[in-house]
Amino acid sequence: MSIMSHPDETGRFGEFGGRFVPESLVGACIEVEQFFTKFWADEEFRQEYAEILSSYAGRPTPLTEAHRLSEHLGVRVFLKREDLTHTGSHKINNVIGQALLTKKMGKSAILAETGAGQHGVATATAAALMGLKCRVYMGEVDVERQALNVFRMRLLGAEVVPVSSGSKTLKDAVNEAMRAWVSEIDETHYCIGSVMGPHPYPYMVREFQRVVGEEASAQFERLVGGSPDVVIACVGGGSNAAGTFSGFVDSPARLVGVEPEGGAAIAKGSPGVVHGMRSQLLQDEFGQVEEAVSISAGLDYPGVGPEHSYLASLGRAEYRCAGDEEVLEAVTTLSRLEGIIPALEPAHAVAYLLREAGKEIPLGSTVVLTMSGRGDKDAEVVAKLLADRLS
Amino acid sequence: MTIDLEQHLRQRRDGGRKLLVVYLTGGLNNDWLDLILSCVDSGVDAIEIGVPFSDPMIDGVAIQKASQRALEQGANPLQIMKDLHQLDVPVPLVAMTYFNLFHHSGLERVAGWLVDGGISGVIIPDLPLEESTPWRDVARPQGIATVQLVAPSTPQDRAEVLCRESEGFVYGIGLMGTTGERASLADTARLVGPRLKALTTKPVLVGIGISNPDQAAEAASDSDGVIVGSAIVRRVLDGAGPREIGAFVAGLRTALDGR
Repeated sequence: MSIMSHPDETGRFGEFGGRFVPESLVGACIEVEQFFTKFWADEEFRQEYAEILSSYAGRPTPLTEAHRLSEHLGVRVFLKREDLTHTGSHKINNVIGQALLTKKMGKSAILAETGAGQHGVATATAAALMGLKCRVYMGEVDVERQALNVFRMRLLGAEVVPVSSGSKTLKDAVNEAMRAWVSEIDETHYCIGSVMGPHPYPYMVREFQRVVGEEASAQFERLVGGSPDVVIACVGGGSNAAGTFSGFVDSPARLVGVEPEGGAAIAKGSPGVVHGMRSQLLQDEFGQVEEAVSISAGLDYPGVGPEHSYLASLGRAEYRCAGDEEVLEAVTTLSRLEGIIPALEPAHAVAYLLREAGKEIPLGSTVVLTMSGRGDKDAEVVAKLLADRLS
Repeated sequence: MTIDLEQHLRQRRDGGRKLLVVYLTGGLNNDWLDLILSCVDSGVDAIEIGVPFSDPMIDGVAIQKASQRALEQGANPLQIMKDLHQLDVPVPLVAMTYFNLFHHSGLERVAGWLVDGGISGVIIPDLPLEESTPWRDVARPQGIATVQLVAPSTPQDRAEVLCRESEGFVYGIGLMGTTGERASLADTARLVGPRLKALTTKPVLVGIGISNPDQAAEAASDSDGVIVGSAIVRRVLDGAGPREIGAFVAGLRTALDGR
């Protein structure tokens, strides 16, 4: 059986995961679990899901060989192009699945948290497509730095609620979304955007993202044959990485997740319980959750999906960090060598690749890197930071 | 000497009294221990001590703000228990906080802190029954009761199990939502007592959304009593001291006594 098959009956991957939620939400989590289990095993549902992904979201996405980057680095790099999906990131894969499930549950509304706004935009999009009401919680700091996505969500008919508690970023948006869900569980599904939260979310979201890894693995097989030497993806909560890894975990490929320097739950955290799950967490000496600090709103999260903590504990996947400065350089390098402007999140994966090619990644290796989203949403932030460097 | 939570509440209830539990955030102000004393003087039957956590998932704005302020002032579970150790009150103290504070410092170690602080029971809202066995196995021998919560959404068979497993009392959640004051008592709050008292002889208290004396009396009419949190904490945040809080609690007491 694959290391990435399914969690145990308590929702655990090894010692990580579980369902640490208030009694008021236990029933709602069980309901999601029951509906997901039933419909994910249902051929008709799977076909409906696949059909929307292909006819609406633009799947399959290409695996693009990055020729100039490869030449520059001395390793052969392939980019899995989630930036080419509808709404511009891998988030759409998950929300199409959860929005379909919402309809099956007979619910009329969907709520979501968002950091960079990519999950919020994807949720608002799926809600519009399927005629669901949509509300998105977003930290005030992120509302500010991702203004374009806020506008997109509103244009799509979603209500965007700025969250002013705590660090005013993704962590607090999750808290606020959970609080809202409690009072409207009869009519509303909470569409968590990453492989985090209480069981069954980490498992369900990974399954809805599995398509990324499965496509990439088959595409690599066709283009090159065999499996790549190294697979790289950025990790905040970790959904694009989980989806990508699931396609390669049973191959000999080395799996590398890249966390932001200021939000490295696996590299710098310890096991903790927050947002319904037990996982690696940045916390102080008494277990208060610490604030993550990253240039990338999408990775600005002090925890990580429990399955990543599990893969790290097994040594099956390795987790590394990238700092803000090298991430900005990665944005420029990829833009100029490949004509692809990456979002700040996958630019972390690119930064690791640029730094380690010829070191941790031996010259001549083959690499698959998930380009989880396009950079348009970050243009304003990056423009400010790079203003004096670009001429 | 730690007071037995269930025995204490049962005795008072069986004596014909409606029970009043109030919530205060530990370490919120320098005078937080005086607030406890004034609540005791005004006739509470137990005190819930909120041990502040950075991410209070089920709490509304008042308790969120109080938690944040207490943390900014350096509050931590160890110091709060040391402070409570100084206190000698004739009613049980119940700690309310989130599971990570237990998980991070270690269950045995935290149980030791709680015993030193004279804590009789705990309410851990993000530790549902299924996840609670390791903690309860540590807490029970130390004389710490672990209170289970029952929600309006809890199915009947599950409510039976929760009532059976609950220690100290049964916390009947009055409404589907976060802690916080409401303009009127939720319909669901009125149903808690009849529903849960049919399942258990343990004291059944209604909490969440009980905001004033009238609502307290109404919620207690079919249950054994009420828990009032945000209405107190909000007043403290607005600057109320021991005297004003004592007066508010006395008003709740009077309403529950039907005077």
